[in-house]
Amino acid sequence: MSTLPAVSPPRQEGRLRSLGDFYVTTMRTQIQAQFQYRAATYMYLLGMVAEPVIYLVVWSTIADQSGGTVGGLTAGQFAAYYIVWTLVRTMNIVFTPYGWEWRIREGELSGQLLRPLHPIHYDIAGFAGEKIPWLLYYLPIAVVLTLVFDPTFDVRPVEIVVFAVAIWGAYLIRTFNQSALGLVTFWTTRVGALFSLYIVLELLLAGRLVPLTLLPGWAQALSWLLPFRWTFYFPIETLVGDLSNAELVVGLGMQVLWTVVGIGIFSLVWRRAIRRYTAVGN
Amino acid sequence: MTEPAVRVEDLAKVFEVPEREAGLRAATRGLVRRKTREVRAVDGISFQIAPGEIVGFLGPNGAGKTTTLKMLSGLLYVTDGEARVLGHVPSKRERDFLRRISLVMGNRNQLQWDLPALDSFELNRSIYRIPREDFLAMRDELIELLEVGDLVRKPVRQLSLGERMKVEIVGALLHRPQVLFLDEPTIGLDVTMQKRIREFVAEYRRRHGATVMLTSHYMADVEALCERVIVIHHGRILFDGDLAGLANTVAAWKTIAVVVGNGAGDLSAYGDVIHRDGDLVTLRVAKGETARVTARLLAEQDVLDLNVEDPPIEDVIELVFAREAVE
Repeated sequence: MSTLPAVSPPRQEGRLRSLGDFYVTTMRTQIQAQFQYRAATYMYLLGMVAEPVIYLVVWSTIADQSGGTVGGLTAGQFAAYYIVWTLVRTMNIVFTPYGWEWRIREGELSGQLLRPLHPIHYDIAGFAGEKIPWLLYYLPIAVVLTLVFDPTFDVRPVEIVVFAVAIWGAYLIRTFNQSALGLVTFWTTRVGALFSLYIVLELLLAGRLVPLTLLPGWAQALSWLLPFRWTFYFPIETLVGDLSNAELVVGLGMQVLWTVVGIGIFSLVWRRAIRRYTAVGN
Repeated sequence: MTEPAVRVEDLAKVFEVPEREAGLRAATRGLVRRKTREVRAVDGISFQIAPGEIVGFLGPNGAGKTTTLKMLSGLLYVTDGEARVLGHVPSKRERDFLRRISLVMGNRNQLQWDLPALDSFELNRSIYRIPREDFLAMRDELIELLEVGDLVRKPVRQLSLGERMKVEIVGALLHRPQVLFLDEPTIGLDVTMQKRIREFVAEYRRRHGATVMLTSHYMADVEALCERVIVIHHGRILFDGDLAGLANTVAAWKTIAVVVGNGAGDLSAYGDVIHRDGDLVTLRVAKGETARVTARLLAEQDVLDLNVEDPPIEDVIELVFAREAVE
């Protein structure tokens, strides 16, 4: 062995700078991958539009038949709600518990565990990158929906700024919630049932199915105490509703709070879960 | 004294595996009471590997080779015992540790499937925080060594298995790991590609002084690369030493391949005839008898050609496992 060159550890860049570099590089890579399959992505996005369009048609019809409003919302406000809903939904898509289940069951996690960066960074950066082409694909859909359904918008500049921040807050809350759920796979191998329960709660208490103002008072009060509201209803309301500056700040604060709680729960479960990893499949 | 690159003491890994009979009745019973059994995949092994050493880790399927490599690379927590790699406890998966090792598994794709490998290399640069000039120098060196200049621009999904393996290796070594775990790196590749990968591993180790631990079912890999082998079976080490020593320890015989000019008659008086192909006869003789038998053959037969060889390594390994089964 004496003939071999002396080994010196490779040089490395500073941590913060390279974390930023990693996010930019991963996002760029994901954008390229999305453009590779633009037709498939567009079809996927069109499929996603079906859900809000159904809600929109139903509520607009009911509003028209009820003398113009339902629960104080006009057909134009419903249209605005579901058009923004589509954008929020597109932007808060995250790596799901099914993804974690696949990743753990197939041993795909091994490759990521071997790298000196927590796998959650790949998910955050990767899905964030995908959103840029999705946003481009969304724009013509929004134009068509606007022409067909004639939404009512009354937006202040500050609301646009808060919306731009809030959709990323929503993205982070959903990422950590669903990743923590995904880690349950380490114990149960399958996580589908739990995830279905999560989706039911989200449909009802996030404003995903109907605007929360149409729910009974107790359900609205409950939605304040859970993270779901801050992942759909709050970002939508920043553009569609009539929130005061104080309410906008409180909403962003709640997003920060639920992001921190999500990170805490995820980290706690992760530390226990990873000990159970058996690296099957490779 | 130099600290070993890899130090393993009484290392053990136990998996709890669910178990049930086939059929609906057993499945229903499993709803109420789950049956599991413990599998000791690795059962108290100890060894050390010096910096820069290249070691072959041999054993049949299920022997515990890959489990050991996974513990050493930090993928699995150990059940008992201790492992240290470059002074780190692998299961802690400290960044400084992960930046200095690499585990390459045959048939496992870690590159972006839809994009050219160059994009994945760029991603690895950011993950491993490699300064750009170091990255470009290393990337180009590896591309040149493995002759993959025209492959790295194609989407990975369009590469053949062998081509993909080569670009996988480039991706796994960009951060210049000091310890390299190779798990069946040549599996499924044709002989030319296997040879190319072998030459590359030897060259990488020579240039960068890396410590290499290699598992392979291809003895050609082991013979070409490894001075030392560790043989593992049922989670226990059966042999740890140099390759020639393994043959000496286990196989107390040599083979004599002899071509006889006057038509090979019955040569069983010289030793066990283990192969016959026309005039070529292969004899197995006790090690201590080799010189005497060779002299007799030369004196008594019309010998056109004669070769004395150690037994093939495959036979030696088989003998090790057979002996362990008897014991």
